[in-house]
Amino acid sequence: MTTMVDKLPPKERTKIPRQTMPEQDACERAHNFREVNLGLDEAIAQRESQRCLTCADPKCTHGCPVGVQIREVVDLVREGEYLSAAAKLREDNVLPAVTGRVCPQENQCEGACVLARRFNSLAIGYIERFVADYERETGQVGLPERAPATGKKVAIVGSGPAGLSCAGDLALKGHGVTVFEALHEIGGVLIYGIPEFRLPKEIVRQEVDNMRAMGIDFQTNVVIGKTVTIDELFEEEGYDAVFIATGAGLPKFMNIPGEELPGVYSANEFLTRVNLMKAYDRDQYDSPIYECRDRNVAIIGGGNTAMDSVRSALRLGAKNAYIIYRRSEEEMPARGEEVHHAKDEGVQFMNLHNPLEFIGNEEGNLSGVKLIKMELGEADESGRRKPIPIEGSEFVMPIDVAVVAIGTGANPLVQSTTPDMATNKWGYIVADDETLRTNKRGVFAGGDIVSGAATVILAMGAGRTAARSMHAFLETGQW
Amino acid sequence: MFPIKESRFLSEDVKLFRVQAPRIARKRQAGQFVIVRIHEHGERIPLTIADSDVDEGTITIIVQGIGKTTRLLNELEAGDAILDVVGPLGEASEVKDFGTVVVIGGGVGTAIAYPTAVAMKQAGNHVITIVGARNSSLLILEDEVRATSDELYLMTDDGSYGEQGFVTQKLQSLIDQGRTIDHVLAIGPIPMMQAVAEVTRPHQIPTIVSLNPIMVDGTGMCGGCRVYVGGQCKFACVDGPEFDAHQVDFANLVQRNRMYRQREQESLEQFEQDPTHDLEEAHHCQMEQRFPEAGPRTV
Ligand SMILES: Cc1cc2nc3c(=O)[nH]c(=O)nc-3n(C[C@H](O)[C@H](O)[C@H](O)COP(=O)(O)OP(=O)(O)OC[C@H]3O[C@@H](n4cnc5c(N)ncnc54)[C@H](O)[C@@H]3O)c2cc1C
Ligand code: SF4
Repeated sequence: MTTMVDKLPPKERTKIPRQTMPEQDACERAHNFREVNLGLDEAIAQRESQRCLTCADPKCTHGCPVGVQIREVVDLVREGEYLSAAAKLREDNVLPAVTGRVCPQENQCEGACVLARRFNSLAIGYIERFVADYERETGQVGLPERAPATGKKVAIVGSGPAGLSCAGDLALKGHGVTVFEALHEIGGVLIYGIPEFRLPKEIVRQEVDNMRAMGIDFQTNVVIGKTVTIDELFEEEGYDAVFIATGAGLPKFMNIPGEELPGVYSANEFLTRVNLMKAYDRDQYDSPIYECRDRNVAIIGGGNTAMDSVRSALRLGAKNAYIIYRRSEEEMPARGEEVHHAKDEGVQFMNLHNPLEFIGNEEGNLSGVKLIKMELGEADESGRRKPIPIEGSEFVMPIDVAVVAIGTGANPLVQSTTPDMATNKWGYIVADDETLRTNKRGVFAGGDIVSGAATVILAMGAGRTAARSMHAFLETGQW
Repeated sequence: MFPIKESRFLSEDVKLFRVQAPRIARKRQAGQFVIVRIHEHGERIPLTIADSDVDEGTITIIVQGIGKTTRLLNELEAGDAILDVVGPLGEASEVKDFGTVVVIGGGVGTAIAYPTAVAMKQAGNHVITIVGARNSSLLILEDEVRATSDELYLMTDDGSYGEQGFVTQKLQSLIDQGRTIDHVLAIGPIPMMQAVAEVTRPHQIPTIVSLNPIMVDGTGMCGGCRVYVGGQCKFACVDGPEFDAHQVDFANLVQRNRMYRQREQESLEQFEQDPTHDLEEAHHCQMEQRFPEAGPRTV
């Protein structure tokens, strides 16, 4: 434990600059898959926690989608009570080591922080990560006590943040919980999508191990809708309620000429090969990835998926790694930190460009992309300024590998085999906002498969909401 | 963990496995496949389900050892286990009473076509089967196929068994004889499927082929298996694997299947030089299965 630091007067507190995150050197890290951010040490965490103004009405908590009690957590950190801080955090957020790393804090807790108006916001994400890592690294994650067994069985479909958080909460209530996952590993996007250098897989595995220790049964290699249907889960396997959390995993393509060429990937495939199948470690793992070393790799898109892909390409040895984005940096949906890290590592941003066609060489492999320059017009429905092509500005850029990262849609496997469950026109499952009930008795749904591709913390929040209403349903039997 | 109940070679490098996978056995229909991964460092590969036994809870897969993963798989035997088996994936074959159906199997494609031939027979069709192989030692499932066919023609490239010639020559001669053919299913190497499509096209005989693009997840999540059919992008893992042969862009399929050729070659060479590491790992998996306390795994 550290020495307790007295609380400084507010004026003094605002004089402390926002602490920076120690990180691996940009030149070095651009060639390895180890985590970029190294984490705060205790002294930096202390200094940062001093900056909190301890507002009577903490705006940060309103900014957090799950209402983490940030002020209380920061107070405990300042007092050196790190494990109590972790426990406080876990009251609202079951995956703090993950969200501390991947939440878009600038639009959430940190964006709402009053310090942000005149100074820099409190580094809430860094503190959250510090607390969660402290708890994890000291091996003192307190497993909460389980309620006595209720004899009820629930099935969770999908093991991303929505499924995991729902499973955890229902297990605590004493229900028998089975998680079904189509892939061979548990974690959803946390395992197959977000790369090691941003979220070490060991963190996800530890969380899953904790859940195993709580008695949750994880069954990999089960595709609901194919191996077993939702109706069979009830009728043949005896489950009393089901939560569907299958994510938004269907890749979208642009449907432009040349997209069929070898060398053109969806971001899902590129990242799955890199993260889940570990294609970057070719001495140890069998799954191949198209050669990126000393070649030109272009990623189409401006979200987190695009940033993860382009930074993976750099680490696979790309000579030039480009982001091709049709709007300007201001509209980029990616986390600010990712854009900043990508730039430091040498990613080249071609904003206000849009691909028209992929071009192949004589061997039939990708060799270039035809681009057109864009300019921003009036704001569209999304409130962002609409990109308009500049006539006559087309040109061809030589590339060897392209990754299409323009978004994902709903995978229809569960919906198509559960015809009596309502979906919307894009194929997402319709669930009640408050209870996350679908129109089918006993079936709940949440996370990206209801909201469309969103964030880890929203998916986690949905999992917890679903757990509450599933518990009520299991207790009362009332629908 | 998916225990292997039985294994035997059908020809020099083609091996049949019966694998314990009760949930898959219960659901599987002709034309569907599984994705398997042998050990923790392995890749995921698709394999067609050749048969299943619901009471026993087993599925049958037939594997031709051509790359590293399939060679390694063919080293496993009854008593061993496969780390991951997921399925049944893909859409089932369209089976109904068409009238006269010609089922064509080339090489290990015979194993893939066989379950659909059985289903076609059960649906009341007159089933003509044409099986092709380079030579007699590569012919597989002759007895099984004979039992389910009204007519069977065996073709070898070198004439070492059955008739000498290609499957397409036999198909052409049936057409030339004026036989009515209502439906053709062709499964085998891409050039064979493409050639069959060209034989039936002028006669407008509906022809189905089963495509084998490279896959990762098999659930529509990666899009690596996209094939182009009638100018449209389809995912073979969820929309297929069977498609209208007259609409398929075979040239693109050949191209896309070559994406990792060099790397595949290297892996195979390394494996052939020294398979001990992979074998140990594949066997380590069984240790876990025999002694479950050694590591948590789900069946
Ligand atoms: C590359 C990438 C980077 C991202 N970066 C960030 C970030 O920095 N910050 C952030 O907040 N968010 C980020 N996101 C978004 C975030 O990861 C998702 O919003 C979140 O994971 C959604 O959680 P989920 O539980 O709904 O689904 P998922 O995490 O998608 O999990 C769904 C799981 O269900 C499984 N499944 C699907 N169908 C079936 C079936 N039929 N049967 C059984 N299992 C099935 C899938 O295999 C998968 O494991 C990122 C997303 C991607 C792709
Ligand atoms: S969960 Fe995310 S938004 Fe909420 S406090 Fe933590 S970092 Fe901020």
